[in-house]
Amino acid sequence: MPVQDLKGSKIWQRRTGRESLFHWVLWLIGVAVFAYCWQQISASTTWFFVWDAPRIAHDIWTRATPPRWEYISQLGKPIWDTLNIATLGTIFSLVLAVPVAFLAARNTTPSRFLIRPIALLIIVSTRSINSLIWALLLIAIIGPGVFAGVIAIAIRSVGFCAKLLYEAIEEIDQTQVEAITATGASRWQVMAYGIVPQILPAFAGIAVFRWDINIRESTVLGLVGAGGIGLQLSSSLNVLAWPQVSLILLVILAAVVISEWVSAKVRGAII
Amino acid sequence: MLRLEKLVKTYKTGDQALKAVDLEVPEGQVLALIGPSGAGKSTLIRCINRLVEPTSGKVCLGDVDLTGLSSGHLRRERRRMGMIFQEYALVERLSVMENVLSGRLGYVGFWRSFLRRYPQSDVDEAFRLLDRVGLAHMADKRADELSGGQRQRVGICRALIQNPALLLVDEPTASLDPKTSRQIMRLICELCKERGLAAIINIHDVALAQMFVQRVIGLRLGAVEFDGPPEGLTPDVLTSIYGEEDWEATIAPVDEDDTLEAAQ
Repeated sequence: MPVQDLKGSKIWQRRTGRESLFHWVLWLIGVAVFAYCWQQISASTTWFFVWDAPRIAHDIWTRATPPRWEYISQLGKPIWDTLNIATLGTIFSLVLAVPVAFLAARNTTPSRFLIRPIALLIIVSTRSINSLIWALLLIAIIGPGVFAGVIAIAIRSVGFCAKLLYEAIEEIDQTQVEAITATGASRWQVMAYGIVPQILPAFAGIAVFRWDINIRESTVLGLVGAGGIGLQLSSSLNVLAWPQVSLILLVILAAVVISEWVSAKVRGAII
Repeated sequence: MLRLEKLVKTYKTGDQALKAVDLEVPEGQVLALIGPSGAGKSTLIRCINRLVEPTSGKVCLGDVDLTGLSSGHLRRERRRMGMIFQEYALVERLSVMENVLSGRLGYVGFWRSFLRRYPQSDVDEAFRLLDRVGLAHMADKRADELSGGQRQRVGICRALIQNPALLLVDEPTASLDPKTSRQIMRLICELCKERGLAAIINIHDVALAQMFVQRVIGLRLGAVEFDGPPEGLTPDVLTSIYGEEDWEATIAPVDEDDTLEAAQ
């Protein structure tokens, strides 16, 4: 009881004595664990490399500047490929995510005990594997190139889009659905009139958000041979052509900034 | 026209919302359903068009027993029962016209409704109804741009365009100010008279109910406690429905305010 009676006046404290002692012990344990971990990490670090890091970084910086601007003529196609991988991948993933989301949402799933767990499994499994790993797998299956990148991005995004979408479906106003049902509408009509209009803003927001993420993800897919600007990045790194690397990084940065700007504009327009 | 026989609804939690309710509503009768919160008013209304599945008992609309119908047949019967909701339940992001036309969903096919290609006769009827409730100029507005009273009028149009035989009205005035409440109640009752519709109106406001309806049902703990004309609602009756309270102020006779308003 945090309320004590002291000479007729009631004193209120946030915690009782025992509770605050418990809190102090918890903090003490936390600090001790932190100190121990610090010590362990420090013991297994080769400090020479760490102290050396600024010198190396400076070395790379001097080699990488100025960027080799004339190399830009060879980057147009790869960055275009990258944008296409992201855009097509997002579109494919949305096509797959919409039915999965409807099957996963508690209020629209046809069967809670059979179909919903399957839909949730699809969501979890596609989300838990990084797109680079999907790309490696798909290159083995369908060969290197842009198409493998598109499919990798599409599969990777299904879980993300479906999860956000099914949460949006579960949060709809049920009375609107009731009202449409009460008119004698069929199951599909209830979907089209009662549910879809309510989740449309969320859907559009999710689509541009994921597209924005996918542009960043697709820039690295080339590292494993799945097309796009990552291919140039990896070949430049392999031959230690630092001025080319810096130019590629600048181009990626520009692409990401532009995509952020576009998605911010689109989201602003919807909401 | 509508007959409930021994209607029982027990929720999964074990709460018995309706205890063997018997009720008969003749053609064209407007009745008010009153009772404290939790008395089962909403459940009763929703059991009629099976938005809530009744546990046992019969709901007969005309000669058809609704409780045993397959979903296809139920949809066809639902077209004969227009429903009006407390919080309007319009689809907020659709236009007024789309909301009104959604009352025809039971009559048109999926693709026609999806592409918004309703028969011209439906569109004509929608404009006629919007004009009747004074919202013809709002047809293109989005539903969430409207005020509460306007939204409820759209909700009324949506229910009426179904061409129903019965209106199920769930707390139509609970979210509205007193003046708009009266206007909405008057509108519902006028429209019922014009079209010879029966209506069951859930309502909390006893005085408002007395003002407009021909018959009052008092529900208490899922059972009918009172069934009679509005004049029969004496303080004793209200006490039996709601519990002990000073009722003299609630059941004031129909006041002049109303007639004044009509004269304006």
